[in-house]
Amino acid sequence: MCGIVGLFVKNPDQCASLGANLSRMLIGMTDRGPDSAGIAVYHDPSEAGWCKLTLFHPDESYGWRAMGGELAAALGEETDVSLKANHAVLSAEAEEGAVRAWLAEHHPEVRIMGYGTLMEVYKDKGKPASVVDKYGIAAMAGTHGIGHTRMATESAVTTEHSHPFTAAADMCLVHNGSLSNHNRLRLWLQRRGQTFESDNDTEVAARYFAHRLGEGASLREAMEAGLKDLDGFYTFAMGTRDGFAVLRDGIACKPAVLAETDNWVAMASEYRSLAGLPGVEAARVWEPEPAVIYNWSLN
Amino acid sequence: MIEFDLAETPIRELNGRLHKLPPDTNERAWRVVNPRGAHSVAVGLTQPIEVRIEGHVGYYCAGMNKEATVVIDGQCGWGLAENIMSGVVRVTGNASQGVAATGRGGLVVVEGDAGARCGVSMKGVDIVVAGSVGHMSAFMAQRGRLVVCGDAGDDLGDSIYEAAIYVGGKTGRLGADCVEKEMTAQHVADLRALLDRAGIEADPAKFRRFGSARKLYHFDVDHADSY
Repeated sequence: MCGIVGLFVKNPDQCASLGANLSRMLIGMTDRGPDSAGIAVYHDPSEAGWCKLTLFHPDESYGWRAMGGELAAALGEETDVSLKANHAVLSAEAEEGAVRAWLAEHHPEVRIMGYGTLMEVYKDKGKPASVVDKYGIAAMAGTHGIGHTRMATESAVTTEHSHPFTAAADMCLVHNGSLSNHNRLRLWLQRRGQTFESDNDTEVAARYFAHRLGEGASLREAMEAGLKDLDGFYTFAMGTRDGFAVLRDGIACKPAVLAETDNWVAMASEYRSLAGLPGVEAARVWEPEPAVIYNWSLN
Repeated sequence: MIEFDLAETPIRELNGRLHKLPPDTNERAWRVVNPRGAHSVAVGLTQPIEVRIEGHVGYYCAGMNKEATVVIDGQCGWGLAENIMSGVVRVTGNASQGVAATGRGGLVVVEGDAGARCGVSMKGVDIVVAGSVGHMSAFMAQRGRLVVCGDAGDDLGDSIYEAAIYVGGKTGRLGADCVEKEMTAQHVADLRALLDRAGIEADPAKFRRFGSARKLYHFDVDHADSY
């Protein structure tokens, strides 16, 4: 059992409270996932020509600033590092692929949690309340975000196995369920150039969608293809640079509820996660239908 | 009217008080506010009391209900009125999956839509849904009636026994051994009475009736290759 949440702001006036609302939603799903929690927030866009990466190292005293300096020297460009416990947000005036390649070569001990120009990803072991507090999620403004509370059934309880999973720039996925064909699909994706960082089934789904998006599919087309190729139980919530999507498998054994007002769209595994959202009493509340793609876009 | 605020008092306290009510109780009218999606609200009631819940509830609301009338003025998570024995459970909004699963008696009314597997393995309960139901509704339904004023999803009535299904709107693919049956004047009259009892306005003459073809009941030597 796991809990997943997603919040997408429709009215820009509501962006300031995104982190506070998302934190409340995540804490509301504690009973469904007390092992670890993770959150991806789309906010604070990088300046033109800059990228940002969320990085993780288990040692809170890791030398992030020295690493930022090394990178600046190597690239001959400016970098900036902001620290949040055992995570760091590294910004660089460079192409994100070049930074990732440099990190892989010079600092393979550092794990890249997310990358792009908008998305930051924080995940850690522990209850949702302690995770959101540790990374100051409630203070974050932004346009949309997704989160996950994990009760592990399929692989170990570690930060690496926590959701959300990232597989492309500004793209991430959270999952409630379990995939039954992930081993075969992982091999299929590896043959097509995808590399994996864990044995987790959700990472396979994330890289599958990234692969389809990389082929030029739209978010909707990628999810339609997923309905055919992903076997198992799933409720997914996916974030992209300008969009948010929800998809359940055709059997729909895993729960989901959607709520929408003029100000926001919210998705959660259970309604109690949404109960604290402003104006939820008057929201349209419904259960997303099986095998139907729901997506919202900023544009 | 006894008011219970779930923002201030735990759900176990509410259910504990409701369970302790004796048959001759005077505490017959209850109002529950701020459920905020809580699970198992008003489950296991055994006395003919009325409980009105104002707001959205989580899973298994009014499960195992006997004699009581429970009204949810909001939306419901899955397992509404699971294994209901008697009494009435009504939700003014939508309900999630598994409405009245295994229900043995009583009446469950959903004024909005119900999700998948509505009436799964029902054993005598009457279910009236003013909106539509999801896939695999009335799966393995044994007794009772499922009335769907809107549309029914795929695999309706899969492996159905002797329950009756009435659908006012469209149906998807029917489940194994579920077939459309003749709608006689008696069926129209029965359905009218049930709709009246549920307080749902719909013309019973416009419904179609579905039930079991009774082909899955026994081993059939002609199907030996399929087993």
